[in-house]
Amino acid sequence: MSILIFVELDNGSIKKTSLEAVAYGAEIAKTKGTTASVLAIGNADLSELAIAGAYGASKVLHANTSELATENAMAYASVLTAAVQQENADVVILPKSGLCDAMGARAAAKLGASIVSGVTDLPDLTDGFKVKRSIYTGKAFATVDVKGDIKILGIKKNAIEAVAGSGIADVATFSPALGGGDFVAKVVSQEKASGELSLTEADIVVSGGRGMKGPEHWQPLIDLAQALGAATGCSKPVSDLDWRPHHEHIGQTGIKVAPNLYIACGISGAIQHLAGVNSSKVIVAINKDPEAPFFKAADYGIVGDVFDILPRLTKAVNESK
Amino acid sequence: MKILVCITNVPDTTAKISFAENDTKFNKAGVQYIIGPYDDYALARAVELKEQLGGSITVLNVGEADSDPQIRKALAIGADDAIRVNCDPQDSFFTAVQIAAIAKEGGFDLILMGRESIDFNSGVVHGLVGEMLGIPSFSPVMKLDIQGSTATFAREIEGGKEYLEAPLPLVLGCQEPIAEWKIPNMRGIMTARTKPLKVVEPVAVDELTTLDKYTLPAPKGACKMIPVDQAETLISLLKTEAKVL
Ligand SMILES: Cc1cc2nc3c(=O)[nH]c(=O)nc-3n(C[C@H](O)[C@H](O)[C@H](O)COP(=O)(O)OP(=O)(O)OC[C@H]3O[C@@H](n4cnc5c(N)ncnc54)[C@H](O)[C@@H]3O)c2cc1C
Ligand SMILES: Cc1cc2nc3c(=O)[nH]c(=O)nc-3n(C[C@H](O)[C@H](O)[C@H](O)COP(=O)(O)OP(=O)(O)OC[C@H]3O[C@@H](n4cnc5c(N)ncnc54)[C@H](O)[C@@H]3O)c2cc1C
Repeated sequence: MSILIFVELDNGSIKKTSLEAVAYGAEIAKTKGTTASVLAIGNADLSELAIAGAYGASKVLHANTSELATENAMAYASVLTAAVQQENADVVILPKSGLCDAMGARAAAKLGASIVSGVTDLPDLTDGFKVKRSIYTGKAFATVDVKGDIKILGIKKNAIEAVAGSGIADVATFSPALGGGDFVAKVVSQEKASGELSLTEADIVVSGGRGMKGPEHWQPLIDLAQALGAATGCSKPVSDLDWRPHHEHIGQTGIKVAPNLYIACGISGAIQHLAGVNSSKVIVAINKDPEAPFFKAADYGIVGDVFDILPRLTKAVNESK
Repeated sequence: MKILVCITNVPDTTAKISFAENDTKFNKAGVQYIIGPYDDYALARAVELKEQLGGSITVLNVGEADSDPQIRKALAIGADDAIRVNCDPQDSFFTAVQIAAIAKEGGFDLILMGRESIDFNSGVVHGLVGEMLGIPSFSPVMKLDIQGSTATFAREIEGGKEYLEAPLPLVLGCQEPIAEWKIPNMRGIMTARTKPLKVVEPVAVDELTTLDKYTLPAPKGACKMIPVDQAETLISLLKTEAKVL
């Protein structure tokens, strides 16, 4: 029995949320007295993969054939399944993401494994295998007892604090045989904003709503985001109106973020928007309406005009550097 | 074109969430139920595709009789018939087994779902069902067209979109802007009453997860208001007090 962790890569390095997944898996391995291995798929810098060792993994299986170069949840699920079998893994950890949900699901069906997505804490192994997961879009939690010989967990950002130690993991090439069925879909093209900070990975998010008045007024928000090293997000009407791209839409029907700091600028704080941000550690609301519901969900609030406040905050950040 | 649309019966997005029976049951008192918003997008696109290509739409829910009003609403929006697998769905795997069992019999060209349920938010049922049926699955899909036996569609990826092409049959988890939500009209509501709703019993599944208890997040402390003429102090508070900068 062992623990297997899947990590997502970004430009050849392991993503931060994936390093949390490694630390999470390694912690379970420690409790159960077993080892934690990592699976990485795609082009990667081998020394970057070895960093998984610093978070408690003993080895990294690296699958990097040309057919795996483009993200493909079905093929990745087959690779994951092969890795589970080779490593005789009984607990599989994935960071929660669209790709991981899809590949975890397909692997669960192949393996007859139980799958729990949205896990927020380490499992309680004293009596069964109990994990806490987020439900109702962050408005509640359910603690579930996970049965099944193989357990697949999708863990949310901040489920554990990942602290780097000094270990280095061995990296081994992994190339299981894959069937053609995983490659029936053809990727025609991709549109990807390059060099943009990922919303789900970012520690700070600065987000704008209809109070920003129009796409031509976004610069003060972008300036603050740049000063803070933050990603930018928006409310649903803003992306519906095409003021900002759809992949910035945060909330119930958009992306769920869990940064350390979320700054909401000219967003009213409708319950469906809050559903996407309620896992943030600290929330700041800036709104000209003192009655805006966002202030009830925020830790810090400023009542005023975003176009007055944002440039002043940017200046204060730059001066404090 | 035979389309299966899987819908969840979930508390309205503004519902106050609370629990009963020692925090082991969702408290349904006073809660308004809706078709899952993502499932609603899937249904809306199915109706458009049927208008374009002909064929039929079956809606499927795994749930108890209290799902029926939402199933009738889906029929009013434009589905032709409905199936309800009569049970309290236990978890994602259980639900997927039920859907796969119905899909296997139906011979559907397209199985449309939402990107995720808004009660358990797992985002895994499409992948599970796809694998159980041995057909491809994709999510979240934000644009979908069908030409003959090929689907062309766009999927949201981190920081952008990916355009794909794949042969039918397929399982797709949908999200906006695949279509605009549709509101049933009077004629739809009238005809929905007589459209067939078949209730079937679930197939047996080994229990893979059991619920221990529900909890609510700790209540949020009061918001610290910073006077607008001292807005700059926010930055130092975030550094020294909140320690997030
Ligand atoms: C099923 C469903 C799902 C939904 N999903 C989502 C979702 O995922 N995400 C989402 O965001 N919404 C979602 N919504 C919509 C949601 O209900 C709200 O309509 C939306 O969040 C409002 O966006 P907003 O705050 O940008 O705009 P508004 O509600 O118009 O608020 C604008 C705010 O800006 C303030 N303002 C105006 N000018 C200034 C200024 N100069 N300076 C400072 N403040 C100013 C105003 O006081 C106001 O509070 C959903 C709705 C439904 C029904
Ligand atoms: C009273 C009650 C108690 C429940 N208790 C639990 C519980 O303790 N643990 C638990 O995991 N689940 C529970 N559920 C089931 C839950 O409502 C979901 O149906 C199921 O868990 C799948 O959710 P998911 O988040 O995995 O779906 P996702 O994978 O997020 O759903 C993706 C898509 O699959 C389709 N889909 C999902 N569920 C259904 C369904 N039931 N019928 C038709 N299509 C569907 C929809 O199109 C949906 O958009 C309960 C349901 C009820 C009514």
